[in-house]
Amino acid sequence: MTTFTLPDVGEGLTEAEIVLWRVAPGDVVNVNDPLVEIETAKSIVEIPSPYAGTVETLHGETGATLAVNSPLVTIRTVGEVPVAGGTGVAEVTEAAGVADAVVAPAPADPEPRPLVLVGSGPSVAASRRFHLPMRDSAVAGVTGVVAAETRVPIRGMRKATAAAVTASAFTAPHVTEWLTVDVTSTLNVVAALRADRGWQGVRVTPLLLVARALVVASQRFPGINASWDEATQEIVTKHYVNLGIAAATPRGLLVPNIKDAGRLGLRDLAESLADLVATARAGTTAPAALAHGTITITNIGALGVDAGTPILNPGEAAILAFGRIRPMPWVVGDEVVVRQVAQFALSFDHRLVDGELGSNVLAEVGSILTDPWRAAL
Amino acid sequence: MSNRDVASLERIAPELEPQSIPTPERDVIRFVQSDGSLTELGQSRGVDVGFAQSLYREMVLARRLDVEALALQRQGELNLWLQCAGQEAAQVGSIRALDAADMVFPSYREHAAALSRGVTPSELLSQWRGASHTGWDGAARRFHLYSVVLGTQTLHATGFAAGSRLADTDDIVLTYFGDGAASQGDVNEALNWAAAMKLPVVFFCQNNQWAISTPSSSQMGAPLHQRAAGFGMPAWHVDGNDVLAVHAVTEAAALHVRSGRGPAFIEAQTYRMAGHSSSDDPGRYRGTDEVTLWSGRDPISRMTALLGELGAAEQFFDELRAESDDFARDIRSACLSIERPRFEELFGNVYAEPHPVMERERAEFHAFASMLNAEV
Repeated sequence: MTTFTLPDVGEGLTEAEIVLWRVAPGDVVNVNDPLVEIETAKSIVEIPSPYAGTVETLHGETGATLAVNSPLVTIRTVGEVPVAGGTGVAEVTEAAGVADAVVAPAPADPEPRPLVLVGSGPSVAASRRFHLPMRDSAVAGVTGVVAAETRVPIRGMRKATAAAVTASAFTAPHVTEWLTVDVTSTLNVVAALRADRGWQGVRVTPLLLVARALVVASQRFPGINASWDEATQEIVTKHYVNLGIAAATPRGLLVPNIKDAGRLGLRDLAESLADLVATARAGTTAPAALAHGTITITNIGALGVDAGTPILNPGEAAILAFGRIRPMPWVVGDEVVVRQVAQFALSFDHRLVDGELGSNVLAEVGSILTDPWRAAL
Repeated sequence: MSNRDVASLERIAPELEPQSIPTPERDVIRFVQSDGSLTELGQSRGVDVGFAQSLYREMVLARRLDVEALALQRQGELNLWLQCAGQEAAQVGSIRALDAADMVFPSYREHAAALSRGVTPSELLSQWRGASHTGWDGAARRFHLYSVVLGTQTLHATGFAAGSRLADTDDIVLTYFGDGAASQGDVNEALNWAAAMKLPVVFFCQNNQWAISTPSSSQMGAPLHQRAAGFGMPAWHVDGNDVLAVHAVTEAAALHVRSGRGPAFIEAQTYRMAGHSSSDDPGRYRGTDEVTLWSGRDPISRMTALLGELGAAEQFFDELRAESDDFARDIRSACLSIERPRFEELFGNVYAEPHPVMERERAEFHAFASMLNAEV
């Protein structure tokens, strides 16, 4: 039985979040088979298995944050296990290594030529060298005392995001409904547009068609594209769709929106969407792009998950979560066939949206994506 | 100067037109297309299948090393890894065009070139495992240690070439650097000095399109191969993913340099398929469309197609696949058996002769270590 501990995959990281387990207890793995995807402060990376064997225990749920060097997965190994020293433990065990070095001097190198630059000998400057006092942290490192937690002040984007989601979650009673959709035809449309010479240079993605579907559904059921005005005791129905896209940006979570998306043809929508994403990624989203949204999509599928219960962007009545697309067994007629399938979750403000309206909207989105040609895109 | 100023200059003093203006980018020299078919130039030169196979083998093994090393990094066995995937043709094609005695000054991503020079996986990985500053004897391998400080190796190469000149040898020097390093002052000083002194240096620029997250389009106002003319040296612009073209171009540049006519410059257009390093997430700054485009120009798959077309035996590919699998296993066990450096050695590797300060520090270290021992 061998336990693989979470390595520092990015030069000085202290922890990582488990994004997706690629194995389950009982699975047989080979060396370098993918075990898990983790997200660090720097990136999402896939960790391949260092051992061959059977997965015994996963030491953390999806979404859990693990400290570097804590157990990640235990594998019942087969055959000879390579003696993996690892690099992450070098600091912690330095004391033992030092002692070894004193007891057993280095064996004579067959080629005694040192692989370093060599100076010319003693000089006045060298003899004047003095030592800096040892730092506290250096002592802590040697004796194995390490800080077990990190405290970061809550400020900036984190503070703003926290205030927004808290206000939204505890002001608007949320209801979330789910729908699993066969999006094979949608992907065919995406592929056809990408191959179309007339669309060269236009960024066409499944998200584009989901955006279009939500815009169409909001126009058909305007009550979903509305807000609750507590001050005036009015329900405000918007006759324009400012379509928000939740984006992970260098500044944190932002929801820039495409103004009056209902007036845009698919091609203009594609260009607006590409602009919005590029601007958000570059961290240069303008404040105006963040204001006056009316309805939002969160594309969590891009992060490798199936679905979730999204929290409303404050002031809006609905938000659609678009989950990961993957091949799944699907019943067509009387046969089980492989289709491209994704889950959608619609959260809505139950103060102004009843279950009937919310269900109609979600069903309409699903129906458009099942058969996009029908919706005359 | 505003547009209006330029317009009035043209009107008032038409005889003062600039005498030199930036020239546009030249087409790349290419023998093998992305789909493996030969260009007209490639057809006219013909292909030595046996030689092409040996270049291909080195590229395949280098790719395998890159994949295995990245896995080892993800498993915590290496601290850092700088991937070379996508750049194998630029490296193998160029280094194989040199004589064995020619000295090479690499940057930090030249793993395919290092393997070609006989650097072993154990030697190559020890630096990234944190076991040494460098794992190999640069003089013995004729392949200097990796320069992590950007572009400095071009100055080392120029200085080394000056030494070769004084020693009156026929050896030339080749140095590798990237499009990002080309913006460094050091690289431009090296280019200038080598040209001014007519030193025997081949400056080989792998333009992999990205300086970490800065695209090469925002690195320079004129294409790099055009910049060389300003320093006073000839330049070639080659498809860096075409191993046969890179080899031929480097041979030509080496011939020029060896004949005593001063340095030469090669810009090889290639692509860094992975992140800048194992700590980098390229998805944050570049689109998948671009990566897909360059995947289609992969240096290895185009040679697979070409060799297949030229009738390379299935057995060749099978044997290479088996060799590559064995190589991956060797890399893994070599990495895991790299010994941790002994702290003790530090004191002996600073000065050539015994040194009183080092001896005192060694004694202090021993005292400190015994104290820890006693506490344990």
